[in-house]
Amino acid sequence: MDAVLSIRDLAVEFKTDTGLTRALVDVGFDVPRGEVTAIVGESGSGKSVTANCIMRLIQPPGRIVAGTIEFAPERALSSEGQAPRAPRLRAPPFDIVSLPNRDPRLQELHGGLISMVFQEPMTALSPVYTVGNQVAEAILCHRDVSRRQAWRESAEMLERVGLDDIERRMRMYPFEFSGGMRQRVVIAMALVCHPEVLICDEPTTALDVTIQAEILTLIKDLQRDLGNSVIFITHDLGVVAQIADQVVVMYQGRVLEIGTVRQVLKDPVHPYTRGLLAAIPGLAPKGQPLATIGSVVGDADIETPHPLRRLADGRQVSMPQDSRG
Amino acid sequence: MRSYLVSRVLGMVPTLAVISVIIFTVIQLPEGDIVSSTLDRLQAQGVDVTEEYVQNLRAQYNLDKPLVLQYFYWAGNFLTGDMGYSYLFSRPVNELVWERLGYTLSITVSALFFTWIVALPIGIYSAVRQYSIGDYVMTSIALVGLATPPFLLALIFMHIGFEWFGVSTGGLFSPEFEDAAWSWARFADLLAHLWLPMIIVGMGSAAFTMRILRANLLDELNKPYVVTARAKGVPPAKLVLKYPVRIAINPFISNIGLMLPGLVSGEALVSLVMGLPTIGPLLLQSLLNQDMFLAGSLLMWLAILTVVGILLSDLLLAWVDPRIRFE
Ligand SMILES: Nc1ncnc2c1ncn2[C@@H]1O[C@H](COP(=O)(O)OP(=O)(O)O)[C@@H](O)[C@H]1O
Ligand SMILES: [Mg+2]
Repeated sequence: MDAVLSIRDLAVEFKTDTGLTRALVDVGFDVPRGEVTAIVGESGSGKSVTANCIMRLIQPPGRIVAGTIEFAPERALSSEGQAPRAPRLRAPPFDIVSLPNRDPRLQELHGGLISMVFQEPMTALSPVYTVGNQVAEAILCHRDVSRRQAWRESAEMLERVGLDDIERRMRMYPFEFSGGMRQRVVIAMALVCHPEVLICDEPTTALDVTIQAEILTLIKDLQRDLGNSVIFITHDLGVVAQIADQVVVMYQGRVLEIGTVRQVLKDPVHPYTRGLLAAIPGLAPKGQPLATIGSVVGDADIETPHPLRRLADGRQVSMPQDSRG
Repeated sequence: MRSYLVSRVLGMVPTLAVISVIIFTVIQLPEGDIVSSTLDRLQAQGVDVTEEYVQNLRAQYNLDKPLVLQYFYWAGNFLTGDMGYSYLFSRPVNELVWERLGYTLSITVSALFFTWIVALPIGIYSAVRQYSIGDYVMTSIALVGLATPPFLLALIFMHIGFEWFGVSTGGLFSPEFEDAAWSWARFADLLAHLWLPMIIVGMGSAAFTMRILRANLLDELNKPYVVTARAKGVPPAKLVLKYPVRIAINPFISNIGLMLPGLVSGEALVSLVMGLPTIGPLLLQSLLNQDMFLAGSLLMWLAILTVVGILLSDLLLAWVDPRIRFE
């Protein structure tokens, strides 16, 4: 498999007044190039921390204590002057975790090669600058182009994410937009430099249900058009079914199961994944009453960590050697 | 925006009217008036004063009219540019006020700039490098600055200037320029004297502003919009200035006007200590001597300065913060 990101043995700790929290323990998975990888898990399972590690946004009191995140961009670094999606010029892969804080490659990474869309569209944009200013800034941070050119490319991207009356909208302030519109703006801002990886951290959780569906479709369509890889974080397996190619199931800072969306949703192996699925209307096996996670997991032990083990069909599960369902 | 401006300017009128009533009431409060204090003094000098003379004097100052009428005379004259007569100096108040008002304004406005020039970089540094040695040093200095009253600071500076450098730091002019006509040389001399009162008056508000800015900025630094901006690759220095700082200074912009009264009263004490020809010492003298036209005019001017200052800072805030503009 051609992986754009290979995460290995990632461990993150938060030192707080109440003690040491192990937010991630030996997290490892690959993000296949040009596909949508969903990270799914309940709240507090370490999904955002994983995303923040990839973006190198972990701030004290948090610290990456171990692990590597190997990034293999297609574009050579220092993309200046190159057209977006330049001919396949495979740059040497490098480890994001070990980049020094002041490394210029970090700057280029942020928004240039990897972008992130956050959960809260209402607060993700500064209220004192126009939408156009904030989207165009992403271009100006990464490429040596004129403001006019940056503005024009921003307008194109904003049109792609479904805004109309672009010129007027770009001169408006974020607080004049609805939540769904703002999330579209944030998505445009993330994609305007044509990054190779787009990380979406629960981008629809704060939105109305109808808007949620629109935004999901938008992210999926743009991913097909632009060919970028997507890491989509959610706690909602229904969303996973709609958008993902690969699924990573997380629980308490660990990875429990990795597989294709078909494998994980149709034939879950780990008792925790089964529990999750049984609790979802529409995904649960037909003719059975909806269950709570606890009732399905039953007395299966999901608390004891086991190393990931590769099954015959290529998926990986965190379970003892002798068990399969 | 225009209707906001118009409504704000019109809103000043009732505010100032109410203030003028309060000022007028307050300067009327103490027993006696100019005439009675004149009589006291004349009698102490052994001068015989006739009842008729007293009546004339009272009539001249409209003191024989009902209070309400007296207020309207005073306010009306003030509006037409006649601030009345200072008994204490035997001169029209107009002649006394303008120059001193100019000095007061220079000191307070320059103290305001000093406040910002000092507090802004230090506050930002302290917040961004929270708990660094620099932060501890700066916050400690600010605490001392906050706890030292301006008049004490003035005394210390004057003492240092006199003992160590042998210069007298009082006044706003060197002796040779004291009564000279205005010229560039006199202006330069004024500037050379202005910086010390500027620092002394501005020190407290600089310390205060720095501490609050640090706290505000710490609140903003990890807000989602800052993380988003970092995630799109904005370089660190630009990130801090363009995003959290821009939001963290908003409350100060609207408080510039509110800082004025504090600066003015600080300036009054400092001027007394340093012998500066500003409004403060004059106001004190006029109040002690019940020189009501002078005191009333000075108080009224301070009120006008404050109200205009608040208006300007509100307009500034509306200009920099679109959320206000769109309300
Ligand atoms: N800023 C922080 N301070 C302390 N602990 C944190 C912080 N951020 C995350 N954590 C810890 O990491 C765990 C995982 O958090 P997170 O990745 O945000 O979960 P989620 O899967 O809901 O996104 C949390 O349960 C918490 O213990
Ligand atoms: Mg999260």
